[in-house]
Amino acid sequence: MAYKVIRPPESAVQSLYVPAVVDGLGITMRKFFRNAFGRRKDTATLEYVGTPETTMPYPLRHRGLHRLTQREDGSPRCVACLCCSTACPAQCIFIEPGEYPEDDPRHGWERYPVRFVIDEMRCIFCGYCVEACPCDAIRMDSGLHAPPVVKRSDLIFEKERLLSMPGRDGKHLHKNPRPDPPDPESYSLHDGARPPLVDRGASGRDGAGT
Amino acid sequence: MTAAILLEAALKTGAVLAFLLGLAGPLTWAERRQSAMIQDRLGPVMANVGPLRFWGLLHVMADALKMLWKEDFVPPKADKLLHALAPMIAMFPALVTFAVVPFGDTVCSGQLWEVVPKSGTCAEGIEMQIAPLNVGILWLFAIAGTGVVGAALAGYSSNNKYSLLGGLRAASQMVSYEVTMGLAIVGCLMVYGTVELPEMVRWQDAHVWGIVAQPLAFILFFTAAVAETKRVPFDLPEGESEIVGGYFTEYSGMKFGMFFTGEFIEVIVASAVLTTLFWGGWNLPFLCRDGVHLPEWAGGWHLALEHFWVTLIQIGAFIGKTVAMCWFQLMVRWTVPRFRYDQLMRLGWRYLLPVSLLNIVITGIVMLAWT
Ligand code: SF4
Ligand code: SF4
Repeated sequence: MAYKVIRPPESAVQSLYVPAVVDGLGITMRKFFRNAFGRRKDTATLEYVGTPETTMPYPLRHRGLHRLTQREDGSPRCVACLCCSTACPAQCIFIEPGEYPEDDPRHGWERYPVRFVIDEMRCIFCGYCVEACPCDAIRMDSGLHAPPVVKRSDLIFEKERLLSMPGRDGKHLHKNPRPDPPDPESYSLHDGARPPLVDRGASGRDGAGT
Repeated sequence: MTAAILLEAALKTGAVLAFLLGLAGPLTWAERRQSAMIQDRLGPVMANVGPLRFWGLLHVMADALKMLWKEDFVPPKADKLLHALAPMIAMFPALVTFAVVPFGDTVCSGQLWEVVPKSGTCAEGIEMQIAPLNVGILWLFAIAGTGVVGAALAGYSSNNKYSLLGGLRAASQMVSYEVTMGLAIVGCLMVYGTVELPEMVRWQDAHVWGIVAQPLAFILFFTAAVAETKRVPFDLPEGESEIVGGYFTEYSGMKFGMFFTGEFIEVIVASAVLTTLFWGGWNLPFLCRDGVHLPEWAGGWHLALEHFWVTLIQIGAFIGKTVAMCWFQLMVRWTVPRFRYDQLMRLGWRYLLPVSLLNIVITGIVMLAWT
């Protein structure tokens, strides 16, 4: 059976196409003159200035490659709480938590990741890990997308690599307001008393002002 | 004497060929860059020789090199002879049509450095036209009509369903629009009273440009001309979204390049013909054979120019107008989407044809009333 296509009726003027074409020409000419000679161009693409590295910056809220933020001394802000790896729907975060050494003021206060591995190839860039992190240790604001690689293993990022990536502003610092243990302010959480967490031994523990 | 004539013909042919082929390349560039401008892109700008990039113009050369180096593939069951012949047949008429297009007024060879009288033409002079035929515009139609043979042959010889469909589409489209094209011109012929293109230009110089005298014919002729060049919105013969690549599906390398270049040469030729018929050919307002004359209301200022300079300016004007028409055709090409086949036929037979007949009738009535 033939199928009758029902089309809206066209008036004679419409089917002459002239008015529509003139309208369209108006639009294309406006675009053309603006982009060719105008001061403010609408051009949405970028000129490669010699290298393919010239790219349009991603929008600020773009979820890109992960990075681990650092404390002022360069150590990872991560406390190895495993929240992110628990939240991760792709199960692509592997964390091996460890204790700080005995003489470290953070010993007994919090843990640190001995290994922190993200498989960027398996990640679905959902951003749940960032949401889950209680101390702004993991972020996705590097502004980079996963690079093309030859081997799959090249996209498995270890802690060192994650730590080395700066944010958009080129900085590594976190924005977590909670002070670190050597800082006396951190005691204020406990009414000015030293945290009664652990027996710290005799020396070096009140190293205020580091 | 014969040697002089031969030399003159050879020189003019060479100049016109250089113009056509020299403009076809940049047109491919213009098409890409212009479409980019329209679509908020940058377009191709990267081809370079050292640090020089010339806004992407070098892509033309890269393109030519690419086509030359590509494998020239012929389908195993294709008709080898016709397959090789088709691109040539497609390109040849495009080039030859230009023979009757005048690109300047007759040059008074003896008086190059003198100021010639304001009116009249040189009896003994060099025609700025390769072939001063007395059939003029008829030659144009005869040759332009054969252009489709190339497309049809390409479709037929490729041994490919899509090619065949494309060839058939090209043939039927050409038949439909050739009619409108011819009838649209009749109005012009009635007004100009001649079929010779230089005479038409002189008429426009003496009276008004064809676009004022025959605006409807311009629209009709323009539409038909775009259809003849087989470009969007009339590119059903190649219709890549429906029939792969149409009649040149099975072409590669420089043979494809010839179809491609031929298409752009057709654009240039169509622009040149439009310029001649409707935009006053080599004429510029206020430019006469003896220099610039401003009209009375603008002060009646007069600047005497030697014949050589006037000729140069006129040829420049012709080229400028042609390029502007090319630009406009590209504009249209990037504005209008492709027609459906029934729309194409309906537009051709049910609207353009009656309107072009109407144009003839109106022209006739107006002319009768005028005299
Ligand atoms: S973005 Fe989502 S998938 Fe990727 S590591 Fe974080 S939680 Fe896992
Ligand atoms: S990155 Fe954040 S959520 Fe993940 S283990 Fe470290 S502190 Fe916990």
